Amino acid sequence: MSTDLRRARPVALVLGVLAVILAVTAPGFFSRAQLAPFLAGTAPVLVVACGMAVLMVTREVDVSVGSQFALCSVLLGLLLGEGCPPALGIPAAVAAGALLGAVNGALAAGLRLPGLVVTLGTLAIGREALRWAREGRFVQDLPPSVQWLGLGQSLGQWALALAALAVATAVSLGLQGLMAGRWVHAAGSDPAAAATVGVPVRRVTFGAFTLLGALTGLAAALNVARFTDVDPKTGAGLEMQVIAAALIGGVSIEGGRGGILGVSLGVLLLAALSPALVFLGIPPEWERVLQGAIVLASVAGGTRRAPGRPTP
Amino acid sequence: MTVLEARGVSKAFGQVAALRSADLRLEAGQVHGLLGENGAGKSTLVGILTGLQAPDSGVVAVGGQPVARLTPGSARALGIACIHQQPALVPDLSVAENLALRLDPPRALGRVRRDRWRSRALDLLERAGGGVDPDTEAGALPLPLRQRVEIACALGSGARVLLMDEPTASLARPDQERLLALVRSLRASEVAILYISHRLEEVAALADRVTVLRDGATVATLPAGPGRSGPHDVAGWVRLMIDRDPPAGHAAPATAADRGDGIVDPRPPLALGLRAIGCRAVGIQDVSMDLPAGRITGLAGLVGSGRTGLARILAGLDPADAGTLEMDGRKVHARTPAEAIALGIACLPEDRRRHGVICGMSVAANLALASPGRVFPGGWLRAQAERDLAGHWIRALSIRTPGPAAEVGTLSGGNQQKVALGRWLATSPRVLVLDEPTQGVDVGAKAEIHRIIRDLAGSGMAILLISSDLPELLSLSDHLHVFRAGRCVAGFPGGSPADVVMAAALGVEAAVARPPGEDAP
Repeated sequence: MSTDLRRARPVALVLGVLAVILAVTAPGFFSRAQLAPFLAGTAPVLVVACGMAVLMVTREVDVSVGSQFALCSVLLGLLLGEGCPPALGIPAAVAAGALLGAVNGALAAGLRLPGLVVTLGTLAIGREALRWAREGRFVQDLPPSVQWLGLGQSLGQWALALAALAVATAVSLGLQGLMAGRWVHAAGSDPAAAATVGVPVRRVTFGAFTLLGALTGLAAALNVARFTDVDPKTGAGLEMQVIAAALIGGVSIEGGRGGILGVSLGVLLLAALSPALVFLGIPPEWERVLQGAIVLASVAGGTRRAPGRPTP
Repeated sequence: MTVLEARGVSKAFGQVAALRSADLRLEAGQVHGLLGENGAGKSTLVGILTGLQAPDSGVVAVGGQPVARLTPGSARALGIACIHQQPALVPDLSVAENLALRLDPPRALGRVRRDRWRSRALDLLERAGGGVDPDTEAGALPLPLRQRVEIACALGSGARVLLMDEPTASLARPDQERLLALVRSLRASEVAILYISHRLEEVAALADRVTVLRDGATVATLPAGPGRSGPHDVAGWVRLMIDRDPPAGHAAPATAADRGDGIVDPRPPLALGLRAIGCRAVGIQDVSMDLPAGRITGLAGLVGSGRTGLARILAGLDPADAGTLEMDGRKVHARTPAEAIALGIACLPEDRRRHGVICGMSVAANLALASPGRVFPGGWLRAQAERDLAGHWIRALSIRTPGPAAEVGTLSGGNQQKVALGRWLATSPRVLVLDEPTQGVDVGAKAEIHRIIRDLAGSGMAILLISSDLPELLSLSDHLHVFRAGRCVAGFPGGSPADVVMAAALGVEAAVARPPGEDAP
């Protein structure tokens, strides 16, 4: 836990400064009416970012989460439209995500292909499959019963945020309390050395891809619940958002290092940037520039602090 | 005429002296053999002569003129070329392009002259022995031909000095002969050749003079030459290579048979038996040996003889594809590291892998990594159990660390090694395999490691000790096996004379290594 806290300190500091600036210049940001939809909208990103953080600690990356997210969203929308109850539809979305993640994992770990290459492929395939199946059509007129966590209901929005928080807590505890968590760190830090002590490195990689897929499916469900229809192009750019959040949160791009606390704060920081600019009256074009600068600054800071990497 | 000379050259890496005032003089038109054990300083000397490493003191002179700061570039310009064991060619470029890359001045805007490069490559390759198409990609060439490209490159650069580091080590017989013929023809064209080889017969047949290095110092430079260096000279070389005082701090070999209590146990129980073990992946064939409980079994052999391969088999990393392992009279398997750990076999890898510590993880997590059952009872981490385990081994091995939560990467090399050892001891192993546990370690730490190894054997553990340090091996081991070319070629009791063991490792006849009428020291 202590290393988690230490690693999260820089991003916590920046987030704190941003919060103070907002509290002084735009106290309206912290009103319940503003905060609830903000957190509900951030919830899906946080859930995906947790999975991405675990995967990146194993020294892999998945750029196909955006298309996985869209596939699961459309699937869930169609199921719900057919009258399937959410209690069945949501697990189905999670399972579909896990399956997509498992395909990536099998290709990366089984065939020893770089995850970046594999998921560039599955990203394109997923998007094209959706375009072919939906031809851009939204899944519309979701039954009102689906909106049990729906838009406008403040209670439902808090529930979404709490669900994401619960996921983040569970992943964080698992990473620290389970042997599998140790395996994730060991496999990412030094795969050859990890193998000598019996860490099943390839199974760890496969498992991390599958977990990320399942969490992406869950995130899709949390997102679908907020709207009355599903855009088949949803989730575009999600991969960069969560990878950036993981990097800001102290996850090393070289694997081995990272914790969920920092990543969660990284998600909040990136999400808060856009409304903060609006409240501060800064043109929205600056958002991406600021995001990029924050990622660069945190990665540069992180490499400087990381001691004693084994030279290959 | 002396073309290249090293005078009183010294070099230390950290606290370990690799060269102590070594001398070497290469004459034009002569082949000069350089002999020495693993770690005697041969590679460091080559590194200094090629400008890769700067000496701490001493002088390198080219053609009689001292050169202040030799760099790889200036060495090449002065006509010094080196043929490495593993030629460094750019795999995706053709042979002709590789030659151009090294021979032409490095100009970014220089023109690609395909035809000229090709005809030059053809000419140089022909002189180097032929058989290589200049248009093939270098990565597609087998090793002997890549080596030929390196030699062509040396010829093309007009090298007057050629340093050859174990050039025949990875060659099959016909390729070896071709290379030796090439060396002879280069000598005839007045090139000075430094020839490093563990194959002493080869050196005897080829060299005009021989220099023996021991512990980083030149112990002798002797005249040699076909007809002049007979088998007795080879035996003399072997003695020069290994003859030294045993390291201070221990006298007789430590035998479990009379360790302390006076009760002599002539046949200790067998902890692990190897029966005709073979593994194609690591090039090991038909290895049989007993690892008795409470005894230290030594494993001698040159680097590349398959010693580390045997460690990998026992660790479950490269499982055996022939033969069986025996434990308590039963056939057992170590097909994965997890299976090996479950059997009670622990393997501490050599330093090149940082002994297997995970630098980005804490001392406590590293110590607990091989014993999940104790720290994760029922699957969930018990922080107290982990702290206890870490605290125990930090004290027992006096690991110097700011605390159990410190990242292992921040510790010194010696303490990283102790973390790796502690991790394995925490599994309460019956068999402990140590691969070069004292390589690159200073004298004080060495004595501490020796003490730990003896204590572990005294507690009943079977120890397989792999080491290139022959005196260390002889003084610690109760029994000693010698590996050569993936086979176990000889066995000796502890305390056997070093020259006999060395002769077995080198593949020189023991009778040759020891002239008639001379008794064991």
